[in-house]
Amino acid sequence: MKQPWKVRLWRWTIISFVGAYLLVPLYAMFDFSTKPFGFADKGRTFRAWQIIPSQPDLMSAIVRSLLTAGIVMALILFLIVPTAIWVHLKLPALRRPFELLCLLPLAIPAIVIVVGIAPLYRWISIHLTESPISLAGVYSMLILPYTYRSLSAALDAVDIHTLAEAARTLGANTSRVIFGIIMPTIKTGIVNGSFIAIALVLGEYTISNILNYKTFQVVIAQIGRTNGNVAVAVSLASILFVLVLLLAIPTKKRRSAVLDVDLV
Amino acid sequence: MSSSTYVQLVDLAKHFGKVRALDGLSLDIAQGELVALLGPSGCGKTTALRALAGLQELDRGQLIVDGKDVTFQNANKRGMGMVFQAYSLFPHMTARENVEYGLKLKAHKAAGDKRKARSAELLELVGLSTHANHYPHQLSGGQQQRVALARALAISPKVLLLDEPLSALDAKVRTQLREEIRRIQMELGTTTLFVTHDQEEALSIADRVGVMRNGQLEQIATPSELYDRPKTSFVAEFVGLTNPIPGKVSGSSIEILGSVVKTLPGSVASGTGIALVRPESVDVVASKSGNATVAAASFLGASCRLNITMNDGTKITAQLPSSDASGIGAGATVSVSLLDMPVFVKAAG
Repeated sequence: MKQPWKVRLWRWTIISFVGAYLLVPLYAMFDFSTKPFGFADKGRTFRAWQIIPSQPDLMSAIVRSLLTAGIVMALILFLIVPTAIWVHLKLPALRRPFELLCLLPLAIPAIVIVVGIAPLYRWISIHLTESPISLAGVYSMLILPYTYRSLSAALDAVDIHTLAEAARTLGANTSRVIFGIIMPTIKTGIVNGSFIAIALVLGEYTISNILNYKTFQVVIAQIGRTNGNVAVAVSLASILFVLVLLLAIPTKKRRSAVLDVDLV
Repeated sequence: MSSSTYVQLVDLAKHFGKVRALDGLSLDIAQGELVALLGPSGCGKTTALRALAGLQELDRGQLIVDGKDVTFQNANKRGMGMVFQAYSLFPHMTARENVEYGLKLKAHKAAGDKRKARSAELLELVGLSTHANHYPHQLSGGQQQRVALARALAISPKVLLLDEPLSALDAKVRTQLREEIRRIQMELGTTTLFVTHDQEEALSIADRVGVMRNGQLEQIATPSELYDRPKTSFVAEFVGLTNPIPGKVSGSSIEILGSVVKTLPGSVASGTGIALVRPESVDVVASKSGNATVAAASFLGASCRLNITMNDGTKITAQLPSSDASGIGAGATVSVSLLDMPVFVKAAG
């Protein structure tokens, strides 16, 4: 049935406003990154984009940040997800305390966290490694509020107790139950939580900067001090990268719609 | 333990806080037998089933299956096939993959071809061979429970455990599926324990029905014996309908509604008692000089149910074949008597 023109007008007005709110800053960044910044430049130039690969430390910082994001992903998959499942399945009394614990990084300002963990990272950089990859530890704590909420919602949406019991009666041990049955069942929740976590890790600046680690965001900030156009170009590229990553979530949901079964 | 006993539940006890879910439950099941546990909510029937599956720890008791003590064996080692009340198919697997899952995990790991053949055979058995590649969300509730049954049977379970598998289904599908469960169970000869709160379900498919109350077995018997010869007032009142009619007891008989009727063992032996009379034991004949009036008549198809008020004010329900009830409607004067069937008599007050 065709909707009244007023409804359609109202809908498109809202969509236009939201679209402009999101896209205008991106366009402004693109506009700025293509402005001339050298004496030889005339009119529009893509030189800021072209010299991105030659920026000192940038490529290695990107690799390090992606590696860190990968480690955080692994921690989510092999530590946080099984723990959340275990708490839901076996320790329901601990659900509230666990949830509260997971929300703490959201309530504590990043600067407070970094002051608290600075001595620990000083020790790590002296005795273990100076690699920024060690930041995966603190990042996996920072992403908890987002990841846990996403996992918890997915776990609440299905009757994991019955699924687990059914698997056990068929001969599955605990690890098979968790990794073979429950995790594929809540795949959408895990994917959502993981992508949000990756976006957060790639965008984090405060902690890595204060701890003197050269991560992606820190290097962008450094470039910005010497060449604003390049810094904005890199920032825009990173935003687009994360945007593509986040846009992949609904696609993933559609593909795995088969998992979203009401088990009541 | 008789020679044919295959499963033994011995003196099972389980407390949840102050609630006694199981209180010394003992039960023997013969090989190939289908036993139904029937009882009101909270009577402990599901706890007993879960204990046998290994999903519920016990405070006390022993579980013996095929001569082996499995009391402390893990659920994944017991080889019990279970169908749950809630839909329990793995949502990321097709019907075929669900059925094959247990076979993949078996110690001797059935080869791929054998697994496929077995899952195809079982899906055929439950009438879903054309749905093998469907995901659970593409199946109806009844189809999902059929696949769950096929999955439970795929591992050739020592005991098939059915935990109210039909309660989430609509009445028609429920009737169909319970008949199919019985057919498949008899075809495969699988020893089965079936838990339900629906007495019609239990009485229609079980070899024996155990009625549970407060964690104990009140009576276990064949459906007809349970219905016709209840051993306790709880069983008499829980299974089927009864008319509580007071009367004078002397020895093994009671005088009610002007008739003397034999009492069942376990009944009150003297003084005043309340006879629990089945509606089918009440004979009703249209008579202008009758001793009762029909308050309401309900047509049930093959039979007719009459709510009758006796001249002394006693209200009783009678159920008679529709052919015998023709012409008896609300307001009719009728003559009520009792058929010569023994009744259970409980103490008055």
